[in-house]
Amino acid sequence: MEEEQEIWELRLYVAGKTPKSLLALANLKNYCERHLKGKYQLEVVDLLQQPQLAEGDQILAIPTLVKKVPEPIRKIIGDLSNEEKVLVGLNIRPATPV
Amino acid sequence: MSQTVSDRPNAPLYTLPKAPTGITGLDEITGGGLPQGRPTLICGSAGCGKTLFSMEFIVRGAMQFGEPGVFMTFEEKTEELVMNVASLGFDLTQLQADKLLRLDYVHVERQEIEETGEYDLEGLFIRLGHAIDSIGAKRVVLDTIETLFSGLTNQGIIRAEIRRLFEWLRNKGVTTVITGEKGDGTLTRQGLEEYVSDCVILLDHRVSNQISTRLLRVVKYRGGVHGTNEYPFLIDEEGISVLPVTSLTLDKPVSSERVSTGIAALDKMLDGKGFFRGSSILVSGTAGTGKTSIAASFANETCQRGERCMYFAFEESPQQICRNMDSIGMNLQQHVDAGLLRFHASRPTLNGLEMHLVAIHKAVKTFKPTTIVLDPITNLITVGAMSEVKSMLIRLIDFLQTEQITVLFTALSLNTVIQEQTDEGVSSLVDVWLSVKDIEFNGERNRGLYVMKSRGMKHSNQIREFIITDSGLDLVDVYLGPEGILTGSAREAQELLQETGVALRDHAVSRKDREIERKRSVLESRVSALREEFESVQEELNRSYVEDELRNEVLEKNRAQLTRSRHKED
Repeated sequence: MEEEQEIWELRLYVAGKTPKSLLALANLKNYCERHLKGKYQLEVVDLLQQPQLAEGDQILAIPTLVKKVPEPIRKIIGDLSNEEKVLVGLNIRPATPV
Repeated sequence: MSQTVSDRPNAPLYTLPKAPTGITGLDEITGGGLPQGRPTLICGSAGCGKTLFSMEFIVRGAMQFGEPGVFMTFEEKTEELVMNVASLGFDLTQLQADKLLRLDYVHVERQEIEETGEYDLEGLFIRLGHAIDSIGAKRVVLDTIETLFSGLTNQGIIRAEIRRLFEWLRNKGVTTVITGEKGDGTLTRQGLEEYVSDCVILLDHRVSNQISTRLLRVVKYRGGVHGTNEYPFLIDEEGISVLPVTSLTLDKPVSSERVSTGIAALDKMLDGKGFFRGSSILVSGTAGTGKTSIAASFANETCQRGERCMYFAFEESPQQICRNMDSIGMNLQQHVDAGLLRFHASRPTLNGLEMHLVAIHKAVKTFKPTTIVLDPITNLITVGAMSEVKSMLIRLIDFLQTEQITVLFTALSLNTVIQEQTDEGVSSLVDVWLSVKDIEFNGERNRGLYVMKSRGMKHSNQIREFIITDSGLDLVDVYLGPEGILTGSAREAQELLQETGVALRDHAVSRKDREIERKRSVLESRVSALREEFESVQEELNRSYVEDELRNEVLEKNRAQLTRSRHKED
């Protein structure tokens, strides 16, 4: 399923250090370390500091995780507490696990 | 609440500050505009003009009232939006460049989004906040925030966040317009109205008899007096116009100046002077009674005075009217060429009643006529119910009277049986009502004209025969005789008969005169003969008398002589 050379470009949008944002970030780091070790780049964007960036990725909800590469673009909103959904959303795991 | 008041310390506490929309008519209904610094919900079904309405609010705010605005669209892409409103003359690109407007397209694609766990819509807040701050916006439109409900699954969060959003917008002191699609039995599909408590405007789009009418109603306006009716509005090349009844009170200016009707004999029937300026005149009658001719002659007269006249024709084309009126000696084309007369011909079914009303409004505002003619109003019935036509005409008359414009309607009475009622029921509204009637008698139809009413002047109560000749219109007295009212050839015959009678009588009189003359001369000749006779008798008598005297004298003489001679002998 996974290609060796592929790099996951992830961007997590937060607005300040709210408990939800911190939880999402912790969850994300946890999943990435376990499933995508060495194959991902994570950028955290704080919209309170860079509000103009919200428009570009069509951000509404906070926190939002945007996966730009590999295609297709996916957005995962929420505190990422459901590992299964996050992994499916990131194309790490197929939608219907056998 | 306290926010908006404290923001504007100069405003008196008891009045709600309002943000004028700049939309024609709406500010009149709402008494100045939308509640400033508060959210307003605009709801309605698809295609009723919500987006346009909110766009006009933003654009007019930016252009006319110096209030920059943010238009956040959830449905249309900004490029599409720019293109869509360009037809109304709104240059959004320029406004954006001038930092008076900011368009923001919020795209919610359910396919791309996975939800897991808790989240909020802070991202939207930040975006909106950024957009507002970047241009110092005073107005915000969210069109339509309901899309969120289909894009995201967690309804509980969305509801809570929308509530928070409106609170946040209030605190920011921006006047917000939120649009919402009409739901089943509710004002909006997602029940947005429960969050917006200050002002709710409902737009509707109704089709009856295949003619659509757009309607607007202010459902709720907290803290403000507002018109509660449904007001028709339209969308044309200049945006939205709402038409409130121009005046609810009857305090229009009145003029005592009189204007001629164009028919001298009709003027005579109306106190010798014609109509009042700014009055409304109804000419009703059955088909072919010459209503249009009366209307045209009034228009002609107006133009001959050098005033402007606008002629709304719902039946005939301008060319047709000009040609037809030429045949009765009225050259309307010259007035058209001189720019005094303007025709506005359209089929009534071209658009709804309200559109007609607005067309009239606009034409009047631009052309500034002193007289307008509507020929005929009865045709409007085809596009609206009687009550609608009446309400339209009330508004029209109101408007025209405020502008001091004389208006002449023609109305077709469909059936001669209901003579005393016009179909539109406008007879009570108008100031002057002329009724042209067919008088069928002796195998021909003639026209009779009555002045049914004429407010504020002495007017003739007589029926006149209305005749159309090559040189124009005229009214002649009908013949009222023992046989009743005679018109047309019967009247002419009667007149002829009368003339003959006079001649015959004259003749008879002169014959008698001559006979008397003759008798007199006979008498006189007889008298003179008798006198001759008398004279001759008298002469005879005189002669014998003289003879007698002479004889006596001679006898005396003789006797004296004889005596003397006898004495001599003695």
